[in-house]
Amino acid sequence: MKIVITVAGKDRIGIVADIAAVCKQLGVNIVDITQKVFDDMFTMVMLTKTTSDSVPFDEIVSKLEACGEKAGLKIHIMHEDIFNSMHRI
Amino acid sequence: MLEIDDILETIGMIDNQHLDIRTVTMGISLLDCVSDDIGRLRDAVYDKIVKKAGALVDTCEEISRRYGIPIINKRVSVTPISVIARSFSPEQTAQLASVLDRAASECGVNFIGGYGALVHKGMTAGDRALIESIPEALSETSRVCSSVNVATTKAGINLDAVAQMGEIIKKTAYLTREQGSVGCAKLVVFANVPEDNPFMAGAFHGVGEGDCAINVGVSGPGVVSHALKSAPEANITEVADIIKRTAFKITRMGQLVATEASKRLGVPFGIVDLSLAPTPARGDSVAHILEEMGLERCGTHGTTACLALLNDAVKKGGAMASSHVGGLSGAFIPVSEDAGMIDAARRGTLVLDKLEAMTAVCSVGLDMIAVPGDTSASTISAIIADEISIGVINNKTTAVRLIPAYGKNVGDEVSFGGLLGRAPVMPVHAESAEKFISRGGRIPAPQNALRN
Repeated sequence: MKIVITVAGKDRIGIVADIAAVCKQLGVNIVDITQKVFDDMFTMVMLTKTTSDSVPFDEIVSKLEACGEKAGLKIHIMHEDIFNSMHRI
Repeated sequence: MLEIDDILETIGMIDNQHLDIRTVTMGISLLDCVSDDIGRLRDAVYDKIVKKAGALVDTCEEISRRYGIPIINKRVSVTPISVIARSFSPEQTAQLASVLDRAASECGVNFIGGYGALVHKGMTAGDRALIESIPEALSETSRVCSSVNVATTKAGINLDAVAQMGEIIKKTAYLTREQGSVGCAKLVVFANVPEDNPFMAGAFHGVGEGDCAINVGVSGPGVVSHALKSAPEANITEVADIIKRTAFKITRMGQLVATEASKRLGVPFGIVDLSLAPTPARGDSVAHILEEMGLERCGTHGTTACLALLNDAVKKGGAMASSHVGGLSGAFIPVSEDAGMIDAARRGTLVLDKLEAMTAVCSVGLDMIAVPGDTSASTISAIIADEISIGVINNKTTAVRLIPAYGKNVGDEVSFGGLLGRAPVMPVHAESAEKFISRGGRIPAPQNALRN
């Protein structure tokens, strides 16, 4: 299953590292990353893939959301199909 | 490969523009529950609903988490109760409303639709008992919704039923007077009612449907409004194209959720209803879309034209995005549930007569409109007759959901809370139509050639 993780918040050192560390811990493989910083606003879109080592989807969501909350970041975790269905004919 | 702009656009729609799935409604046939023993019928109805819809809420919540899309309402619609309860008294029939209420509560759904009758050509004893029981049923339950179809293009208009519904609405308003006559917000009078509508209060599971189906209603006025804001100089053809593109995206999301819910619940996918359904929240208003097109306020001259364009573009964009489209599909204009409509009604720009004209070109009809509590039953019936005629002549669904708010007058407001919103009491004409309504009989079905 492919999961899109989007992250937005005030830029600081280590955001990518923090999220990547949680992904590793959850057994989620990072396939692609796009990130930009506007002024000091950080945004990142991460395409990830679950593996046989991944924890269940609900746990992925709750752990990443908890990580975002702690770090003052807004994180969305959504199945890839929502974007495919809305933006592809 | 996914484009970052598409991803951010979707998230913006959900986070900032109120995009959501308005309802996942499970339609359940109760035809196999039929019995001439009220006790057995009650048990069979309860058991079937709970068995079929027991997992609906949990499943929808799982889907909502998986895709990151809010699913606001989970609901159940059933076979019109008058079809399965043919030989009982009004009091016995009303017991079935309590059963529906209990089953809905057990399943965790906020509304259950189908406490209704189809009487466009005539009434059986069962229909009569059910209609007579509506005021008590709606005042003694909290989740039950009722609808009565009084006309079709093929059958004409049952004026006896129209007359009776005026009385029933008044009685319902009185019995629920302590809650702003909220019972009337759960009672709809239809012409050409669709059998697969997922939206309340008019949802029921038609007799031509299968045993069970998943129908999904999407939302998204805020998304359309936002898209138009970003193109202030567009000409009207471009406006129509923007709406079509936006409606396509919204409906695809509905289709995805409907397919997933159908797969997980093991229930066939029925339809996606393309309706733009507003909520009282700021930024989620159909009136504001019309104002974005260039009207100073909804209800002024030009409103009907803008609404006609909106309604048509929504259908064109949405129809391609879903494999089965149905229900009411169009733009809803429920006054109390739309912040822009509420404002326009308060200022007197939006009046009942203009709303009636608007319903000729959009979905549904005179919806969630509060009128003075002392409006006579015959005037309510006459308003119904006018609105129903628009549907019958134009081969479309129309409906009336009027609230004669007990003890309230023009200038007052009545608040229902939640998605039902708040309604400024709107004036009605003082002149009587009593003689017309009391004539009774049936308005013949219209000629469908020579269309002028």
